[in-house]
Amino acid sequence: MALLQVENLRTHFFTREGAVKAVDGVSFSVEAGKTLGIVGESGCGKSVTALSLMGLIPRPPARIVEGSVTFQGRDLTKLSEGDLEDIRGREMAMIFQDPMTSLNPTLRIRTQITEVLDRHFGYSKDDARKRAVELLEEVRIPRAAERLDDYPHRFSGGMRQRVMIAIAIACNPKLLIADEPTTALDVTVQAEILDLLDDLRRDHEMGMIIITHDMGVIAETADQVAVMYAGQIVEQAQTEELFDRPEHPYTEALLGALPQLEGENVRMGRLRSIPGRPPDLIAPPEGCRFAPRCPHANLSDGCAQRLPELRQIRTGHLVRSRHPASERQAVPV
Amino acid sequence: MSTNGALLQVRDLRKEFPVKSGFLVERVTHTVNAVDGISFDIAEGRTLGLVGESGSGKSTTGYCVLQLLKPTAGSIRFQGKELTKLGREEIRRMRREMQIVFQDPYSSLDPRMTVGDIVAEPLDVHGVGSRRTRRARVRELLDVVGFNPDYVNRYPHEFSGGQRQRVGVARALALNPSLIVCDEPVSALDVSIQAQILNLLKDLQRDFGLTYLFISHDLAVVRSMSDDIAVMKDGQIVETGPADDVYERPNHEYTRALLTAVPVPDPRRMRDRRAERRKLHHVIAET
Repeated sequence: MALLQVENLRTHFFTREGAVKAVDGVSFSVEAGKTLGIVGESGCGKSVTALSLMGLIPRPPARIVEGSVTFQGRDLTKLSEGDLEDIRGREMAMIFQDPMTSLNPTLRIRTQITEVLDRHFGYSKDDARKRAVELLEEVRIPRAAERLDDYPHRFSGGMRQRVMIAIAIACNPKLLIADEPTTALDVTVQAEILDLLDDLRRDHEMGMIIITHDMGVIAETADQVAVMYAGQIVEQAQTEELFDRPEHPYTEALLGALPQLEGENVRMGRLRSIPGRPPDLIAPPEGCRFAPRCPHANLSDGCAQRLPELRQIRTGHLVRSRHPASERQAVPV
Repeated sequence: MSTNGALLQVRDLRKEFPVKSGFLVERVTHTVNAVDGISFDIAEGRTLGLVGESGSGKSTTGYCVLQLLKPTAGSIRFQGKELTKLGREEIRRMRREMQIVFQDPYSSLDPRMTVGDIVAEPLDVHGVGSRRTRRARVRELLDVVGFNPDYVNRYPHEFSGGQRQRVGVARALALNPSLIVCDEPVSALDVSIQAQILNLLKDLQRDFGLTYLFISHDLAVVRSMSDDIAVMKDGQIVETGPADDVYERPNHEYTRALLTAVPVPDPRRMRDRRAERRKLHHVIAET
């Protein structure tokens, strides 16, 4: 059985203008020791998905209106806040984009690491200190014992993210959720953090969810990928399969819009941009949500009328489109 | 007057910032060399990409070129004129020729001004044309950047990031400049919108013969825009040359470290790159 099984999750924000369908029927699973990458542009619902799993969505205005989140056999959406607190930080942990704001600037690093050990295991002061040093060493912070009593402002952005990771893995969680963990960091620091996360996943056999807007980060880290658009998963596959044979017009467009780092004369070409912008999630299009921007949508086959199902196009490769790439050749141009 | 064809010629540019410390009575204790003796040329109609990590001095360089910051030392020749020696009035006149597009289209547009007023502002400041011709010019500019001219009376908050950046570009174009400093112009935008703006900047360069100093931390974005590249680290240019040379045959270890650190959208290449990265680890560790 999968470590985490999400079924038909719907998280809506109830505002004066109406219900914003931020996450609208999302299903996926995460295996122990494997990484699921969730990729999409701003507003696609990827972060709200993560917060929903952790029970961290702001209530009100948001509410999980449907669906289940089964983690190690228990449905988290049915648990009390107290039971959820026992799981959060211990069994599943999360790191966020901005290491500058997720640490408390007025507390020493030591206090912030030992807090979680105390909450979940009731460590003694000495044991907690010893464990904190081990954790800082594990995330490769040099001179760990000396740095324990420093305040966050003494650390660089990359070092702060390491501290956040140390806190997240303090209780040996089974699942680690990383929401844009390297977006605020320089590219060389990003590489170190991604390498670190990968090593930790392997050493601890953790399941991992990496949420990012960056297809490169997905290619580096994920075993499985889910591409989100307008609150829904539009394509899902093994990472190599997705990059080799993207099926959804949106995935193809996203990959085509990326400037290339390698190859001669890359400057000559124009980038393939996607016209328009994502739909309003208070009143999303009735049919396929990508139809208004899709080069393959047409009036005769219901793209604008009926939402396509997420269907299997090859083993383990799901797509939500009437015009996936491999079924398109037949159409005369 | 022309200096071997270069529109912009920068020599030994330096910019120091004072660092103050002390309780109640602040004193300048030392200085930081944000830009530490750099030189480069940009020929008319070409793009120089200035790439580097945060704190490398790339934006400071851009601001010094535009005289928005006063350089500590060095020479900046633009259209054959030495900018560092010009008086305030002359600088003001030169600014018609050199403009900037900022990173954040959310904070670089005044929320209390309409789109039309924002684009018209440079025309007003420099007293170009009559009110009627200015209004026509604003519509023309918005049309050029792909922004619906019928929305001139709307406010920036009504538009998405990509649309706002189009307004920022229209404002930069208003005075027919020859040089535009693009300071991280797409960093705040989503990938699909980023491609729209990069294509727009390319089209404008072709149509109006613009010269760009293109500043970004994103190595792939810089490559897609630039004829030549300068890689900055700690206020210095560590490597410079034609884009294909720098990216395909980097000479400096830091350039190699940067290039192998970028996650490329190709899972098969990942293992090689990761291995190469570990070899170059010590270069990064020094920073």
